[in-house]
Amino acid sequence: MTEMTDRRSSWGMADILVGVVVLAVLSLLIAWATHAPHHSPETGKISLAFWRLPMYALYSWLRMAAAYVISLLFTFVYAYSAAYNKRAEKILIPLLDILQSIPVLSFLPVVLLAFIALFPGSRVGVNLASVILIFTGQVWNMVFALYHGLITIPRDLRESALSLNLSPWQRFRTLELPYSMVGLVWNSMMSWAGGWFFLMAAEMFSLGNKNYQLQGIGSYLQTAANQGDWLAEVAGLVVLVLVIVLMDQLIWRPLLAWADKFKMELVEGDARTRSAVLMILRRSRLIEWLGASLGSPVLEWTDRWFGHTLPRLRQAGPLATVIGLLRTLMVAAIIIVLVTALEGTLKLVQHIAWSELILVFEATGATLLRVLAALAISVVWTVPVGVFIGSNRKWAQTLTPISQIAASVPATALFPGMVALLIHLRGGLSSAAILLMVLGTQWYVLFNVIAGASAIPEDLREATKMFRLKGTRVWTTLILPAIYPYLITGLITAAGGAWNASIVAEYVSFQNHVYTTFGIGSLIAEASAGGRFPLLLLSTSSLALAVVVINRLLWRRLYNRATERYSLS
Amino acid sequence: MHNRQKADPLVRMLGVTKMYVQPDHYDILILDDITLEIHPGEFVALLGPSGSGKSTLLRIITGLSEPSFGTVLYRGRPVRGPNPNAAMVFQSFALYPWLTVLQNVELGLAAKGVSPAERHERSVTLIDLIGLNGYEDAFPKELSGGMRQRVGFARALAVEPELLCMDEPFSALDFLTAENLRSELLDLWLESRIPTRAILMVTHGIEEAVYMADRIIVLSKNPARIVADMPVILPYPRNRKSHEFMQIVDTVYKVVTGWDDHPSEDPNIDVIDTQSEERPRLKPIPYGHLSMLSGLLELVADRGGRDDLYHLGAELFLEVDDLLPVTETAELFRLADVTEGDLSLTDLGREFVQADVGMRKEIIREQLRDIPMFRLIDRVLRSKANHAMVKEFFNDILEEHFSVEEAERQLMTSINWGRFADLFHYDTDTELLYLAEDQLEESVQDSP
Repeated sequence: MTEMTDRRSSWGMADILVGVVVLAVLSLLIAWATHAPHHSPETGKISLAFWRLPMYALYSWLRMAAAYVISLLFTFVYAYSAAYNKRAEKILIPLLDILQSIPVLSFLPVVLLAFIALFPGSRVGVNLASVILIFTGQVWNMVFALYHGLITIPRDLRESALSLNLSPWQRFRTLELPYSMVGLVWNSMMSWAGGWFFLMAAEMFSLGNKNYQLQGIGSYLQTAANQGDWLAEVAGLVVLVLVIVLMDQLIWRPLLAWADKFKMELVEGDARTRSAVLMILRRSRLIEWLGASLGSPVLEWTDRWFGHTLPRLRQAGPLATVIGLLRTLMVAAIIIVLVTALEGTLKLVQHIAWSELILVFEATGATLLRVLAALAISVVWTVPVGVFIGSNRKWAQTLTPISQIAASVPATALFPGMVALLIHLRGGLSSAAILLMVLGTQWYVLFNVIAGASAIPEDLREATKMFRLKGTRVWTTLILPAIYPYLITGLITAAGGAWNASIVAEYVSFQNHVYTTFGIGSLIAEASAGGRFPLLLLSTSSLALAVVVINRLLWRRLYNRATERYSLS
Repeated sequence: MHNRQKADPLVRMLGVTKMYVQPDHYDILILDDITLEIHPGEFVALLGPSGSGKSTLLRIITGLSEPSFGTVLYRGRPVRGPNPNAAMVFQSFALYPWLTVLQNVELGLAAKGVSPAERHERSVTLIDLIGLNGYEDAFPKELSGGMRQRVGFARALAVEPELLCMDEPFSALDFLTAENLRSELLDLWLESRIPTRAILMVTHGIEEAVYMADRIIVLSKNPARIVADMPVILPYPRNRKSHEFMQIVDTVYKVVTGWDDHPSEDPNIDVIDTQSEERPRLKPIPYGHLSMLSGLLELVADRGGRDDLYHLGAELFLEVDDLLPVTETAELFRLADVTEGDLSLTDLGREFVQADVGMRKEIIREQLRDIPMFRLIDRVLRSKANHAMVKEFFNDILEEHFSVEEAERQLMTSINWGRFADLFHYDTDTELLYLAEDQLEESVQDSP
């Protein structure tokens, strides 16, 4: 088994090809942004009045929802192509790996300029830009979840669908979608959490000497911190937490409880997610009536409609030729775009001096040290606390919800306030940046450690007691090996988050003053603020490359080893 | 009532061959030139050891899989894609856990475009017939294994298939449940209460085949060929204790265990498979557990050094499928001979039974040295300066001879045997096979 995964994690031509293509498309985007005329967009003024808060929260939520819907559509198209087209899979999967390592925040200014150029003089462009940014922040793990679901559908279920002659649409709604549902719901939750993180940063920022802001809870928090209005800051945070908790109770918990029936287990598990809301919905007469009089006919209708249209698409002669023609045209268009993009890249690259290359290299190193420090701090406090919570059922019951709420607050929402407090610290932003990274990433580690500790089987605990193992012995023989795979999983996510956070942590504008510390994040932020696009392209690729290389060379190996050697199943 | 001669065949397979194409062009042959006919009214059992490709054959007949060469005709027409006149019952039930019993049964009808009202009626009738009334709204995970397979049968029968295909339908069930379900299915079939015209059942249970089927087709392994096609002329209901029944079981046992006669008597030239002219192929080793081997030989020694395989299997509650790898291992180590369904100990076998653990390891170590796979491993490890080699190296070699999964299983079995016999060490963490000091000192017994 390991050979298989190892082999897959080695470098292939596909990776290099995909990397070059991504680079080219990025530079095309940059070219578009630089040539676009600089219209000043209409920006919503932020008022710190409390009664405005619900409105702002709604605006932010709508942006999130729009991005999520786009993500969902994208997920289905992308994951399906990757799972069912062998040729597409070879390109799409490495591409996904690289796309998800590109720091979203570094492209905020570029994407923003591009969209403002598209919709001059209106707020649509700025809004669309933020939606697109949130989309790029939340879509990748959903794609992975669906793709993984589709390719792991057990062979016998697939064969039974075939032997029952289900149409492709029926196969989708009775087999493929249900099978992937649990993963999709979990990853949707994670994507929303990630989305909040980017939304906060994407609603308000300055580019050169211009300030762009959207009415929303993120810009409210930032304005409050800028003006030193702590009461408003706290009120904003309270509203944000409220929105997140409401989302959790009204949407995610019922969805999770509902998705429980899609688990592949054939025995009733003991820990089931419960949701009062779902119970109410399930027992309600109205819902039952809607399902019977609306749901079933719609299903019948879709079965018939898609059953007739889908297979015919494939067989019909003239239609196939039209599709073939379209496909050729699309491939040709893509090739033309790529060639122009590559040309643009070359032009941009020509502007890069040797000194800049060294600068970028050193900056990546500096940020790497900060990321490592942030991870180390997270591990040092989360391992004891997580093990404590995970091994005590009583404490777990009270502490888990609290830590979940704490974790649900996006770190970027806390940044403005934290910066105000930390900026006068010894070492200035250099040490504050590490704390900001910890703030954003510690929860991934904590939750995984808790999960690991609570998964230690009772008989192993009893065996350690029988042998009278004490202190460090218990840790080295039982606890650390048992939580190791979970810890690695947590660290992988945390490291990704820390790299991404470096852009907002190393470059902070606060009360009309810009504070920076040397690192790849601040280099990116400075390059984009100053419109130095060759440097922006170089530093962003360097960051993405660092993430991908470390993933391949370090994390994936550790993870494979962890699951193989220390898994308790 | 089953009049075979008059009717046209339901299924005709002509020279069906299936091979898995390997990246290095050493394709692996699974099915070799299978030609057979299935007629209306027949209950056919496909019998063969595990890995003999009988499930693959079933999937080709139902159109789930395509043959590499050859044709499958259903009522005279070539089968392309899943055959709508056939339905399948799976060993693992293959129920959708998120659908209720009723929804699972309705699924095939929905695919045919049957209206909801009629769908409901037909499914409920069938659920009654199969003895699941009252469970319509239950989810599969709330049912016992036997009830789940009842749903599997109901779902397959709901589409009123002409050909009912079953892939080891009873082997995931406990003994009593399986027996109950077998006789109920047989009743439905014999009393023509289901519109099915023919049943094809894949199984590795010889008794099950003789109990249910009126025709048994025996397949060989590596690659699968038809070695026997015999009618079972016994009136239903069949009595497992009757003399005739036992006699047929014994005959089938002899056919199933007898096909494995080595093409050559000298095990040293087993490396070269006579089938492939271009290139010597490593002969696969059976995956016998060495602890089971010791247990089996001790039991046979207690019986005076010779016993009937069928009796042994029944006594140990082992199907042929589980028993054969162990007897093949015994033969490979020259500890026992299998002739005509009987297992008899050799002189070495008697010595082995008498010996203590250390001596037994010694005997097996001597035998392993004659097996090409172990000669290869030994030679490689000795020729290296550090006397160590990564597992992947051997895996790559084996993958030229076997499929990826088979290569992995072959190597894992080899490592297990090698470890038991103290021939070499294996470190799971580093995935290294290596020789320790004491293993090095022993002289190499090269091939004569």
